[in-house]
Amino acid sequence: MKFLFGVEAFCLACFVLLSQVSAKNSEDIRCKCICPPYREVEGQIYKQNVSLKDCNCLHVVEPMPVDGKDVEAYCLRCECKYEERSSGTIKVTIIIYLSILGLLLLYMVYLTLLEPMLKRRLFGHSQLIHSDDDVVGDQQPFANAHNVLSRSHSRPNMLNKVEHAQQRWRRQVQEQRKSVFDRHVVLS
Amino acid sequence: MNGAGTLMDFLDEPFPDVGTYEDFHTIDWLREKSRDTDRHRKITSKSKESIWELIKSLLDAWSGWVVMLLIGLLSGTLAGVIDLAVDWMTDLKEGVCLSAFWYSHEQCCWTSNQTTFADRDKCPQWQKWAELMTGHAEGAGAYLLNYFLYILWALLFSFLAVSLVRVFAPYACGSGIPEIKTILSGFIIRGYLGKWTLLIKTVTLVLAVSSGLSLGKEGPLVHVACCCGNLFCSLFSKYSKNEGKRREVLSAAAAAGVSVAFGAPIGGVLFSLEEVSHSLFYQIRLIFASFLDLPVVTVCYLLQVSYYFPLKTLWRSFFAALVAAFTLRSINPFGNSRLVLFYVEYHTPWYMAELVPFILLGVFGGLWGTLFIRANIAWCRRRKTTQLGKYPVLEVIIVTGITALLAYPNPYTRRSTSELISELFNDCGALESSQLCDYYNNPNMSRPVDDIPDRPAGPGVYNAMWQLTLALIFKIVITIFTFGMKIPSGLFIPSMAVGAIAGRIVGIAVEQMAYHHHDWIIFKNWCRPGADCVTPGLYAMVGAAACLGGVTRMTVSLVVIMFELTGGLEYIVPLMAAAVTSKWVADAFGKEGIYESHIQLNGYPYLDIRDEFTHRTLATDVMRPRRNDPPLAVLTQDSTTVEDVETLIKDTDYNGFPVVVSRESERLIGFVQRRDLTLAIKNARQKQDGVVSSSVVYFTEDAPQLPASNPQPLKLRRILNLSPFTVTDHTPMETVVDIFRKLGLRQCLVTRSGRLLGIITKKDVLRHMAQMMNQDPESIMFN
Repeated sequence: MKFLFGVEAFCLACFVLLSQVSAKNSEDIRCKCICPPYREVEGQIYKQNVSLKDCNCLHVVEPMPVDGKDVEAYCLRCECKYEERSSGTIKVTIIIYLSILGLLLLYMVYLTLLEPMLKRRLFGHSQLIHSDDDVVGDQQPFANAHNVLSRSHSRPNMLNKVEHAQQRWRRQVQEQRKSVFDRHVVLS
Repeated sequence: MNGAGTLMDFLDEPFPDVGTYEDFHTIDWLREKSRDTDRHRKITSKSKESIWELIKSLLDAWSGWVVMLLIGLLSGTLAGVIDLAVDWMTDLKEGVCLSAFWYSHEQCCWTSNQTTFADRDKCPQWQKWAELMTGHAEGAGAYLLNYFLYILWALLFSFLAVSLVRVFAPYACGSGIPEIKTILSGFIIRGYLGKWTLLIKTVTLVLAVSSGLSLGKEGPLVHVACCCGNLFCSLFSKYSKNEGKRREVLSAAAAAGVSVAFGAPIGGVLFSLEEVSHSLFYQIRLIFASFLDLPVVTVCYLLQVSYYFPLKTLWRSFFAALVAAFTLRSINPFGNSRLVLFYVEYHTPWYMAELVPFILLGVFGGLWGTLFIRANIAWCRRRKTTQLGKYPVLEVIIVTGITALLAYPNPYTRRSTSELISELFNDCGALESSQLCDYYNNPNMSRPVDDIPDRPAGPGVYNAMWQLTLALIFKIVITIFTFGMKIPSGLFIPSMAVGAIAGRIVGIAVEQMAYHHHDWIIFKNWCRPGADCVTPGLYAMVGAAACLGGVTRMTVSLVVIMFELTGGLEYIVPLMAAAVTSKWVADAFGKEGIYESHIQLNGYPYLDIRDEFTHRTLATDVMRPRRNDPPLAVLTQDSTTVEDVETLIKDTDYNGFPVVVSRESERLIGFVQRRDLTLAIKNARQKQDGVVSSSVVYFTEDAPQLPASNPQPLKLRRILNLSPFTVTDHTPMETVVDIFRKLGLRQCLVTRSGRLLGIITKKDVLRHMAQMMNQDPESIMFN
């Protein structure tokens, strides 16, 4: 399930990639000319949304601060650079990232706060006392993984399979957490 | 039902079959290689049968390239996403874009019409938080409010990062490169390259970098790329079932990771070969020395066939790195078709006399590298063994708080480290507004202003030097505590920042010295008023290379990455001089780089190909059992019962057992792995009739002659390795260590005149080496 979600996210990212090639907002190109101080004129920066062939001093610097015969000398010192960006890519990327982050945060809140509360309400206090882990482990998420695994029926329907896979994943994460955070065996 | 069937099969727990490995164990390289050769031979022979088989064999041959393509695409996409998100979130700490909240500061002011230089960063759409909340943009109150909100955002980001890591994927913390080095040398860490680790590492890396902590994203990007590699390996049985072939793909994925981190495909490949893959390091030193004369392409051809990986891995790594770089370029995160934020492109010459400050920067880099490694390892050891390790979330929050508190007042540390490096690398061109470029301009000078200045420094420069010195001290201290925390953290960017700051300070100092004392002999030929002189930006680059080399001990790959960053071969000699000097200075204090030190700290079974073993011990000194130990646990070829085997497995924790002809003669037949034995017996008890506890286990071709009343014997010849490696007891340990290194063995049997004496495992070898080097042999934890 998680793998499919990941593949879906990847496909979205690829779509972004392809779409940004086609969509060229007129605001996404610009020519930036930096002109250093010249005689009495101070240093200035000029920006305009022009294409690559018009990206030079004569098209971009408006209004021209010097008179006719000085224009060439002034323009010689100016440095013009053509820049391009893709606002669509930025928008889609940030929104996708924030939604993934939001989903993860919601899932985390559910796992750490809501699920123990729900389980406690559904199955009563006795279940937690009989759990395999010690009291310290109860505070961690996935502490009830062993319980649920043993309690589930042997009927192989879809929901049970998903729950089985989820419990197995939780057990793995619990193991990982023990080796990294508690015993400091790996990744210290 | 069929469609749901495949989904449900996916959800089923995979049944471990014979030939897989247990967690935290080393693989058997020779077995994997022979299995792959068998598979290839079978496919080739079947391909002659029909057109369909021929197509299948072609697909098999091309599957490697398809995997590389997919890895390149996904790594490039993820790197682009990370770059864009970091760009936005870093600016989020200071303000927000009102017209479109997803724009960072620079993007928001992209179309602004402000023309004066002083106002170029301001535009009405982007407002700082204080301005947004209270309406005041200037003043002490606004400053304090901005300060407070900056710290708050930083704390929020790092808290989210460490919570996500803790809840979903604890393996996503740290840099990842030490563990990947160990995995590529044959170690198994299940889940380290899993899908959840990939997701969490990507998401929390953005949060960690945006929170302003002194860490980088290059090391974690290598981990992310290797996770992508692992993900795509599972699509093809050629790679998913063979751990040796999988590691070839992973080493190419590591190259793609470095390539997108730095925008340096060739450097990425060399980094993968030098640091991460277990390969031909003997030749690297020779190549490094000859680099002065040869261009890169010839160097690549000089790289001979590695012991573990064939030369085709080099080509495929390069392909993956190129695809990744191209994908990143098409996402175009920085808006100017460059891959890295600090790509510089100047071509000013440098002078021979400047080699002296460059070598000094190399010495600084080496010294800093040693200091950092020692301090960081001491702090990590403390985290591992004392109470400090019990509060990871609190530790992250406190370190972030201190970092944000001290970083905000100094404008050089307030911005992200990549931007700092970019500013330091770039030389002062026309209209640079930073304080570093506040030189006195002589308006009567005839040459245009954007030439390299040979001018006295204005007060802005002196101010900047003070701030940079403070920033340097701050970064040196805080990185020691940041690297190794339980969030994704990389080391390249902070060390480059330290080097760049030091280099720029030295560069400005040399420049001013050249200006004020231009009548000294050194400067007379070199600097004339009005002529090109010192480029402080180049000093910053050289300093960055020196510091990075001092801490990671990279050689060729460092120089190649740096010159790919600068876009030219002009500065290769200064970079090499600094890299060589820093490596020599750092090696004088300790042979290990930061990654090898972390490997040692964790006790991974990593047999470094660079370590030389020169002691005159023999195999008998290292083999087990020692004099007082119980005798070697062996199986006989046809007289052990199933019950005996199960007792042996239960009572001991050895990874394997030698099989001998009989206990009297002790002549060696072969070696059998513990895991294979367990699985085979379990299988046999479930599936075969008549196998009971008193059944005899035999490893010969034909069943032994037994009376008819005995239960059915169990044949286990197929799990027996008939060609275990043996050495005699008088083999010098130098040779034994070489054999372990070059063949990737896990254990080696010791015989004398054909009779089995004992066994040497990789753990014994590592412990012996540690003992010979006066390190703690008990720190080796894994086999």
